[in-house]
Amino acid sequence: MATKQSYIYYPGCSAEATGKPYEISARAVCEHLDIELKELADWNCCGATAYLSVEDIASMAVAARNLAIAESTGLDLITPCSACYITLSKVDHYFEDYPDIRTKINNALSAAGLEYKGGVNVRHLLYVFSEDIGMERLSGMVRADLSLRVAPYYGCQVVRPFTERDSPDVPFAMDEIISALGGDVVDYPLKTKCCSGALIGIDEKTALGLAKPLIECAVRSGADCIVTCCPLCQLNLDAYQYKINKVYGTNYHIPVLFFTQLIGLAFGIDEGRLGLNMNIVPYRPAARAKGASG
Amino acid sequence: MNTHKLKQKAIDKDFLDEIAHLPGGERIIDCFQCGTCSGSCPTAHVMDHTPRRLFAMVKAGFREDVLNSNTYWYCTSCYICTVRCPRQIKITDVMYALKRIALKERYVRRKNAAGAFYSSFVDIVERDGRSFEPELMVRFMLKTDPTLLLKNAVLGLKLMKHGRLPIRRNRIKARNELRAIIRKAKSESL
Ligand code: SF4
Ligand code: SF4
Ligand code: SF4
Repeated sequence: MATKQSYIYYPGCSAEATGKPYEISARAVCEHLDIELKELADWNCCGATAYLSVEDIASMAVAARNLAIAESTGLDLITPCSACYITLSKVDHYFEDYPDIRTKINNALSAAGLEYKGGVNVRHLLYVFSEDIGMERLSGMVRADLSLRVAPYYGCQVVRPFTERDSPDVPFAMDEIISALGGDVVDYPLKTKCCSGALIGIDEKTALGLAKPLIECAVRSGADCIVTCCPLCQLNLDAYQYKINKVYGTNYHIPVLFFTQLIGLAFGIDEGRLGLNMNIVPYRPAARAKGASG
Repeated sequence: MNTHKLKQKAIDKDFLDEIAHLPGGERIIDCFQCGTCSGSCPTAHVMDHTPRRLFAMVKAGFREDVLNSNTYWYCTSCYICTVRCPRQIKITDVMYALKRIALKERYVRRKNAAGAFYSSFVDIVERDGRSFEPELMVRFMLKTDPTLLLKNAVLGLKLMKHGRLPIRRNRIKARNELRAIIRKAKSESL
């Protein structure tokens, strides 16, 4: 590609905390591909599901502040987090569907001297890889043998209700990427079944009941690991796996990788630069032996 | 399936209209009770009323019973109902709207942990412009059930050991501007 690809990058709050391995690996892989991620200046929390549950216009205005700042750059705004993706996209949809809400949001933004005209292209990082970079370029960069069986777990909000071109029920972008990297995609019918999202912090018992079948299904289909594209999904399946084992008397220990970590492994990027030591369920030495050597 | 009896005495004839005027609720009158939403919903089994039934109650004017139920608090925003509803009702957005009404009107129930969680989150974001997971969880547990602190100590340690729990919170620079936006926005609430 002749010109360097540049994007405005919105990491989201989890990037600084539980989603850190995602953040580290996303940056490492993009650097490797010579893709520029320009972090949005002084970005604020998108508000996620919580703010919209409490305030209507205020939650949307807080999300819209980011879009107003991004607008002047003319670049696509990329986020790795599914909840940020949906929250920021929602502002645009409301802008189109509800002129009165649009006016109210802009009235609020004007209190800080800002205005959002509408039309920032908000996109999920997954689709930058599948649409812009493409399978050919990805497979051309593979340096390590990924003989891994992988269960692709998309979760909800990356494909619902807004999706770039994928199916809201049975998406395939991540499947394609895994195959292009040389991995084996296992049959994983629960790929978009909800992991419980933020309910894990609210009603753990119910939430674990939602997360458990996702692990079980991956193990039964013979997967060596699960791959996700959402920091909350990864947290629920990885950090809470020991709680699932405790409650259900199971003994699961399946690694849950971010798709950016998988790409990094296939590219032969050093594991330390992919944050793999931050995954709670360790990425198996057996799988590793088959994989990267350089 | 539950067998909850509806408790409300008088019908609220304006309730349907109230919901229909909220973003996403416009087409609720078109609900033909097919049950696609309930059949798809990952948390229907713990809800007092399934989403389908809740919409029947909205249309029939059972405002109190709807708001007193746990149904919308159990909505995880998975949007599967929204993309599948054959009448294009934005079900998830209606669930959001119900949460907001309930918090404003203080429908505090035995099981309103979700409300406490959301409010703790909002307090932090309105103060710093960023969320801070460790503080959020501690605040929430203190508000709802302090024994949770002990029950989640191992999880916290695991995350910390793996470098996934920051000690210092992050704040944006333009906090005053953000607060000005929020203040103005609240005066413009729907
Ligand atoms: S799968 Fe879970 S965490 Fe991921 S987007 Fe859906 S609700 Fe959120
Ligand atoms: S899927 Fe839509 S039409 Fe069917 S019961 Fe649910 S809300 Fe009504
Ligand atoms: S969005 Fe909410 S109501 Fe709809 S299916 Fe998901 S959890 Fe159920």
